[in-house]
Amino acid sequence: MNRPALFEYTLRLGDDALINGQRLSEWCGHGPFLEEDIGVANTALDLIGRARLLLTYAGEVEGKGRDEDQLAFTRDEREWRNALITELPRGDFGFTTVRQFLLDAFNQQLYDRLRLSTDATLAGVAGRAAKECDYHLRHTSEWVLRLGDGTKESHDRAQRALDALWPYTAELFESDPVQEQMEAEGVAPSTASMQSAWLHTVEPVLRAAELQIPENTWPQTGGRQGMHSEHMGFLLAEMQFVQRAYPGQTW
Amino acid sequence: MPDIERARDIVSRVKDPEIPVLTIADLGVLRDVAVEGRRLVVTITPTYSGCPAMKAMEDDIQSVLHAAGFHNVEVRTQLSPAWTTDWMEDRAKRKLEAYGIAPPRLVGSRGPIHCPQCRSTNTERISEFGSTACKALYRCVDCREPFDYFKCI
Repeated sequence: MNRPALFEYTLRLGDDALINGQRLSEWCGHGPFLEEDIGVANTALDLIGRARLLLTYAGEVEGKGRDEDQLAFTRDEREWRNALITELPRGDFGFTTVRQFLLDAFNQQLYDRLRLSTDATLAGVAGRAAKECDYHLRHTSEWVLRLGDGTKESHDRAQRALDALWPYTAELFESDPVQEQMEAEGVAPSTASMQSAWLHTVEPVLRAAELQIPENTWPQTGGRQGMHSEHMGFLLAEMQFVQRAYPGQTW
Repeated sequence: MPDIERARDIVSRVKDPEIPVLTIADLGVLRDVAVEGRRLVVTITPTYSGCPAMKAMEDDIQSVLHAAGFHNVEVRTQLSPAWTTDWMEDRAKRKLEAYGIAPPRLVGSRGPIHCPQCRSTNTERISEFGSTACKALYRCVDCREPFDYFKCI
């Protein structure tokens, strides 16, 4: 087992979950109405719980004594491995919904396959996560339909969101030596094999929602190597501020 | 040597902090109580990934065992097999219903959700996400009362 590669891979999973959860939790108290405020917050909670399990395991694999809190609150931008799509600002409700739909469809494919990982801990996390992904995807699919096939305003906002987000989806399926190593060891499912399944899930919903898949296929990428967008610094400043201001404090 | 039966009895009575009519044994969260050397090991399985009640249950397990004289205790989290509401026994489901929460169906089954107040099947879902991650919000069209449904997963 290649420990550095496993650490990198687990960090990618954990960082995706934490940064996605962090953006979703920004809606807490700002949802369009109470049930949706709660719905988005519940999804964020599932994601942050998943991140806790993954980052704790990543720290153990790394073997340098870093726990989930140290990984979450003391790493600088270049050490983060989340895909760029997760760190984009929350935008309006249409943007958050379309982004979450695209990610939920991806996570459902990923965690369903990850249950068969040769790594027992990742398989265990995936067993828990896969069930929650079904609820998340059902929720966001319904909302994509409502917004896309809704009023002119909701449709326009949803389409603008899809146009902005589509280039960021390529990164979810890209490969590199870490990914290849993990696939070779049977730890990670093949990203290439997931893309067509993901499209198969996503396209019918977008079509029913009368949304056009953009033609711009220029891939926005770099997150897996720690090269983040201009938004990541602000997100980390907000998320990490308290721990950085009072290092080592607990409450 | 720790008295394992006494420990198991004590731990089985630890309640879910959000739904105090249910114990961790009722929920299927408590998986095992065993002895390893001189240490008592209590194994639990989390319900939802982000369930905040899990930490409270873990703390409660530690404190009731300490109060009963067990001082070498480890609470271990086991992820596999993943928790499912199918592990909840019928007795627990009846307690939930009496408390006012509609109990989970068996995974994969269909059928109406009964109103815990008036037993009517004329109910509708208001939101997939209720007061906690594990519950959905429903309304009874007949008696007009809202109620939580413990989601099956």
